[in-house]
Amino acid sequence: MDSVTSDARAPLSASADNGLKIVIVGGFGVGKTTLVRSVSEIRPLNTEETMTQAGEAVDDTSEVRGKSATTVAFDFGRITLDTHNILYLFGAPGQERFWFLWDRLFSGTLGAIVLVDTRRIDESWYAIDRLEHHGTPFIVACNDFGGPPHTPAQIREALDLDPHVPLLDCDARSRESSKRVLITLVEHLQSRYALHGAAAAEGALQSPELAL
Amino acid sequence: MSRPGRDDAPDRLYTLTQGRTRSGPDTPFDLVTLVVAECDPVAGMQSEHAAILRMCERPTAVVEIAAELKLPVSITRILLSDLLSTGRVSARHPHTTVPSGLPDPDILEQVLVGLRNL
Ligand SMILES: Nc1nc2c(ncn2[C@@H]2O[C@H](COP(=O)(O)OP(=O)(O)OP(=O)(O)O)[C@@H](O)[C@H]2O)c(=O)[nH]1
Ligand SMILES: [Mg+2]
Repeated sequence: MDSVTSDARAPLSASADNGLKIVIVGGFGVGKTTLVRSVSEIRPLNTEETMTQAGEAVDDTSEVRGKSATTVAFDFGRITLDTHNILYLFGAPGQERFWFLWDRLFSGTLGAIVLVDTRRIDESWYAIDRLEHHGTPFIVACNDFGGPPHTPAQIREALDLDPHVPLLDCDARSRESSKRVLITLVEHLQSRYALHGAAAAEGALQSPELAL
Repeated sequence: MSRPGRDDAPDRLYTLTQGRTRSGPDTPFDLVTLVVAECDPVAGMQSEHAAILRMCERPTAVVEIAAELKLPVSITRILLSDLLSTGRVSARHPHTTVPSGLPDPDILEQVLVGLRNL
């Protein structure tokens, strides 16, 4: 398990001024933390958000008193992209209550990676539903746990995946493979938004959120 | 190990923020807002405030501050609001979108270049 220690801190350059977010979602034990660790320049750190049972983030501490608050923990890593841009990768927990906090924690996220273990594809359905609902662009990466081979077509079918959503295999333990997953997501964002930008310029786009 | 903040009874959080209520709907702190100290800690300062100032000699993201303090993100935001309102820290907010709300293509390109260079 990862623990929080001070020695994990490596200061950013003084010129760093733009934090970016990518979120990795998927079922329990599917390799989210492993992927973060493979590409992060710091050992993954763990933190949490507190919320009431109603699913609201606790930012009014007076309301917490006497109420049973619960916490959602998530881990994250960091990649310094250049002198200004710092990319944070978040490993989002599998539990459903986490999604109550999506807007609060991950609004403004560039996009998401759905990690799938092909032995238990159904555990990804909920994440994909929520991402579609939130209008967050995403790709699907199948982490190889040595399950029986599936064709991409079978996986797309099982996930009911939009044909435009990229699907690739990965090994979250490999830095190169994890890099490839991140690059695939950003290339996907570029092509999505190039289309949207063109549509918006023609006045054809009413709501970018819905169209994603 | 225990997760950060796991043992924090709500009462402790209440004390930390002096019963302050919400950090406000206009709270400017994103998870990845980079916080920079504008002064040194001074004697008598609340220890969490002093810890934040030490940590933020160089830009530090809100989520890193929360992890280091072992406090929930929401409580960390309240502490940061205090420091911001008294000018002790400044905040570098993420700028990833163009006015239409879509991601800035230049930023996406910079992300791609940065990832390819890893
Ligand atoms: N065979 C194989 N094992 C992997 C791969 N990726 C991760 N693992 C292993 O799977 C286990 C779980 O990985 P984690 O990264 O902790 O998974 P997680 O999604 O963060 O898990 P939770 O946070 O508990 O939901 C670890 O023992 C990893 O070493 C992979 O690509 N192939
Ligand atoms: Mg994990």
